[in-house]
Amino acid sequence: MEGVLHQVLSGIASGGIYASVALALVMIYQATHHVNFAQGEMATLSTYIALTLIKAGLPYWIAFVATVIVSFILGMLIERILMRPMMDAPVLASVGVFIGLLLIINSSTGWMFDYMIKTFPTPFPGGPLLFSGYLSGHELGAFFVTLIVLIAVYLFFRHTKLGLAMRAAAFNPVSSRLVGVRVGWMLALGWGLAAAIGAVGGMMVAPIVYLDPNMMAGILLYAFAGALLGGIDNPLGAVLGGFAVGIIENLAGAYLVGTELKLTVALIIIVAVLVVKPSGLFGRTVLSRV
Amino acid sequence: MPALLEATSLHAGYGETRVLHGIDFAVEQGGVTALLGANGAGKTTTLRAICGMVRTSGQIVLGGERIDGKATEDIVQRGVAHVPDGRGTFVELTVEENLRLGAYIRKDRAGVARDFERMFGYFPRLRERYRQQAGTLSGGEQQMLAIARALLLGPRLLLLDEPSFGLAPLIVQEIFAIMHRIREDEGVSILLVEQNASLALEIAEHAYLLETGRIVISGPADEISRDESIRRSYLGY
Repeated sequence: MEGVLHQVLSGIASGGIYASVALALVMIYQATHHVNFAQGEMATLSTYIALTLIKAGLPYWIAFVATVIVSFILGMLIERILMRPMMDAPVLASVGVFIGLLLIINSSTGWMFDYMIKTFPTPFPGGPLLFSGYLSGHELGAFFVTLIVLIAVYLFFRHTKLGLAMRAAAFNPVSSRLVGVRVGWMLALGWGLAAAIGAVGGMMVAPIVYLDPNMMAGILLYAFAGALLGGIDNPLGAVLGGFAVGIIENLAGAYLVGTELKLTVALIIIVAVLVVKPSGLFGRTVLSRV
Repeated sequence: MPALLEATSLHAGYGETRVLHGIDFAVEQGGVTALLGANGAGKTTTLRAICGMVRTSGQIVLGGERIDGKATEDIVQRGVAHVPDGRGTFVELTVEENLRLGAYIRKDRAGVARDFERMFGYFPRLRERYRQQAGTLSGGEQQMLAIARALLLGPRLLLLDEPSFGLAPLIVQEIFAIMHRIREDEGVSILLVEQNASLALEIAEHAYLLETGRIVISGPADEISRDESIRRSYLGY
């Protein structure tokens, strides 16, 4: 029983990271109806930027904030430069750009920072494991950081004018322009936010899985499974889905399939959701009367 | 007094298809101007042309400033509110959020709060439905929401695209009764597109009749509605 509790708790800790990457995916999906396959690599690049800043002598939290800001700007630039011309292009063209972006970022991080696996520092105290050995200080800290990010994003979208405008632009670009919302900039902001959230996810997961250019490949799959499970058009659903996948993955890894096949669990979840309930658990069907 | 909006030899279309073939019209300061015509005559396209939603050539002047070729968002900034074809409801958002978006470009919080109250005066139903998802509203309620959303912009010019479309006759009457009040109280100039010509001529001072992208008749609304031959051949009532 104690073992189960341990697996659930560390599932929640890694689930938080899947949740934030899932949220980043959902954000771009909502605005463009595309899944950004390069989301993981963007987060990896951000994590390398953080590592470079920390090695240059910056205190952790300053490097953290700087990384989030730089990632936000990079995300906006990607939208402005690469995605803007694809606005009216067919879906496959955008998918092509996403995959190209994935490969480009992946190999350029490898080229710039080499392929050696690196350790990444944690700002949280190590020491003895908390909760009588259930969670490390980093896992607990990462959980709270993710939670703060998720709550901040929620408050931003629910309670600010800009957040409302971003949601409106995603739902109905034509009507949004007619009330004066600059839809193009809302898309760019969405990309910036997604990149910033992904950066936090990357910095939180790197101390656990270690940093290398392919660090996020598996995590993106878990996040994608989480987003689909919760409903890819529903931010809250995606977050809950991310946590659920974290727990399922840990329990399955410990008791069912062993650690080698953990990633398969993510794929099984993806296939199962698509077969049984494509809109996900919380993907709401929008009512519309005419 | 010069007209608020003046269009000169306005052409517009979608891709290769040309819809408007050089029309001239004006919307006077205050009051209602009606744009009538059958399906496919180019009424909706005219409104879209004013808002920069379609490719145009020719001139559109709003309050002395050329707005043709400008982005929709910039035209909206200059005080043009558009209740589009199909009402443009943000169906996923609540009634409250729809209304807040209407006032998106405004910075005067107190004024916006007062205008919210005024809208509830016109449309008490919107207050009852305030927290409801807008997509669950009836067609008539969505039309009310669309008009309120447009008025919250504090516009100089209000473009209304077929407010009667798809609504039961009683609801249409209710909405036009409220529009009479809005016309008196708001001091906004209205360009009204309608298929229901008798309703439109009743509320308008001036009217234009479009036929396949050209203006065939224009004049004071009461003259047009009295002219039996126009009524028979173009307006069908």
